[in-house]
Amino acid sequence: MTAKDIDMPAPVSRMPSSLRAVRNIAVFLMRSPPSAFGLIVVAVLVATAVFAPLIAPYSPYAQNLTNVLQPPGNGHLFGTDELGRDIFSRLVWGSRITLTIIFLVSIVVGPIGLIVGTTSGYFGGRFDTLMMRITDIFLSFPSLILALAFVAALGPSLNNAIIAIALTAWPPIARLARAETMTFRKADYIAAARLQGASPMRIIVKSIMPMCLPSVMIRLTLNMATVILTAAGLGFLGLGAQPPMPEWGAMIATGRRYMIDSWWLVTFPGIAILSVSLAFNLLGDGLRDALDPKQMNRR
Amino acid sequence: MTVSVEIRDLAITFGQGLSAVRVLPGVSFSVAAGECFGLVGESGSGKSTVLRCMSLLTDIWTGEVRIGGRNVRDIPLKERCRLMQMVFQDPYGSLHPRQSVRTVLAEPLRIHGMDNHEARMNRALTDVGLPVSFLDRFPHQLSGGQRQRVAIARALILEPSLLLLDEPTSALDVSVQAEILNLLNRLREERGFTYIMVTHDLAVVDHMCDRFAVMLHGEVTEVLPRAAIPGNGATHPYARELIAASLEYEGQL
Repeated sequence: MTAKDIDMPAPVSRMPSSLRAVRNIAVFLMRSPPSAFGLIVVAVLVATAVFAPLIAPYSPYAQNLTNVLQPPGNGHLFGTDELGRDIFSRLVWGSRITLTIIFLVSIVVGPIGLIVGTTSGYFGGRFDTLMMRITDIFLSFPSLILALAFVAALGPSLNNAIIAIALTAWPPIARLARAETMTFRKADYIAAARLQGASPMRIIVKSIMPMCLPSVMIRLTLNMATVILTAAGLGFLGLGAQPPMPEWGAMIATGRRYMIDSWWLVTFPGIAILSVSLAFNLLGDGLRDALDPKQMNRR
Repeated sequence: MTVSVEIRDLAITFGQGLSAVRVLPGVSFSVAAGECFGLVGESGSGKSTVLRCMSLLTDIWTGEVRIGGRNVRDIPLKERCRLMQMVFQDPYGSLHPRQSVRTVLAEPLRIHGMDNHEARMNRALTDVGLPVSFLDRFPHQLSGGQRQRVAIARALILEPSLLLLDEPTSALDVSVQAEILNLLNRLREERGFTYIMVTHDLAVVDHMCDRFAVMLHGEVTEVLPRAAIPGNGATHPYARELIAASLEYEGQL
C-alpha cells in the first residue's frame, strides 16, 4: 500500500468502478501478445456473429449446383462446397452457432458448478461427501462418451448436444469452487458474518461466491475451448447440429469425402475451430494473470 | 444497556473416558457490567478459544455462559448478535476483500431490518474516527489501523452491549495500537460497553482493563485487579513469572 493509493479519491459510485475494472482487465490482457491474440480473436468472433448478415456475401443455405467445389477465389473467398454453397458465408453464420453453444453451456454450467461447489465446501460433512460422490460419478465418464450416450438416447440435435455438453462440464467447476471455498470458510470475515446473524445461504451468496467467481470465470473461459471441440466433435459424428446448419464440425464431416481433391472444404472450418479454441485458451490464461488476487491492488 | 457475563466450567473435551482429550479443562470467571476484563496468557493457552465459545462460533463446549443472567444458548440468534459482537485479531483477514466499507456496514443492518441505514453507517464511521467518505473504499485502499477501525465500526453498528476483543491491536504497529486502544477506551466511556479482551501484552491490560485473568493450559490460574501489575501482586507462580517477565521487559525499554 503506497501513499498514492491512500490519496486516491474514493470512487464516486459503484457502477463506474466496476466498468473501470473491466477496462483495466482489458488493458492488462492487451499487454501480453498471447492474451491479446485471444481477446482479439474472441472479439472478432463475437462481432462476426452479431453482424453475420452484413459480413456474409451469400446465404449459408443458397445452393448452386452449377458451381460446386470451386477452389478459393472467383468471388468465393474460401471456395464452395459440394452443393455450391459459399464456405465463407457458412463459416460466418456458423460463428453464431458456436457462440450459442458456448453461451448456453456457460450459463448452465457456471451457476450449477458454483452452487454445488460452494454449498458443499461451506457445509462440509455428509452433504459434502454426497455432493462430491455425485460429482465423481460425472467426472468418471469421458465427456465425449457421456455426451454421445445422451445424444444417442435423446436424438441428435443442437439443443441435445448443448445439454449433453453441459452435463459433462460442470463437475470440474464444482470441484474448483469447493476447493476455493474450503480455503476461506474459516476466515475471520466469514466468522464476522456469522456473528452478525447472516444465514448460511446469505454467507454463501454474499461472501463466498464473490471470492470464487474469478477462478470460476477463468475455468469457464478455459472450458470454452473444450466445449467448442466437443461440439465440433459431436457435429462431426453427426450427433450435433444437423444439416444444413452451417456448424463447423458438421462442415468438416461432410467435407471429409472431398478432402483429397478439394482441401478447402475441411481446411477453413478446421482453422476456424483451431483459432477460436486456441483464442479461448489464451484468453483464459491471460485472465488468470489479470484476476490474480495478488494484483487486486491495481484495480 | 450494559450486561454482566458469567462463565462457569466452560470446557471442551474430545473423546470419552480415559482416552478423553481435554482441550479446555475448565474456565470460570465473571465480568461485571461495564467492566473491561482481560484474558492474558501464553500462546495456545485457550484465550481466543474462550471468546469463540462464548460467541458460539465454536459450539462443542460444555458448561455455562450467562450474559446478563441469561444462558447464551437460549438467546435467539438475532438477539444474540445485537447483544454481543467481536473484533478480530487480524484486520487484514477480518474484512471481506471484495466488499466495500458500505457493504460491510450495511449487511448487518439489512439482516436485522434496521432503519436509517445511511445515518447509522455515518454514525458508526464517525464513532471510530473515520471520515464518512470512506464508505466507498475497499479494504485494499485502507491501512491496517483504518481496517481495524472499520472492523470496530462493524461491531458497533448493531449497538451491542458486550464486545469481545480478540487481540485487537497485536497485528498493528505500536503508534496505531495506542490509537485503537484509546478509541476503545473512549467508546467504553461514552457507551458503557462491557469488554472482554484477549491479549498477551500486559501493557495493554494495564492501559485498558479493570481486572484480568491469567490463563495457562486452558485454565484460569488467577484473576487479578489491574493494580496487581506494578508491584507484581500475583500469588500463583505462573502468573508471578508472567508479570515479572513483562515488568523486566518494560524496564529494559
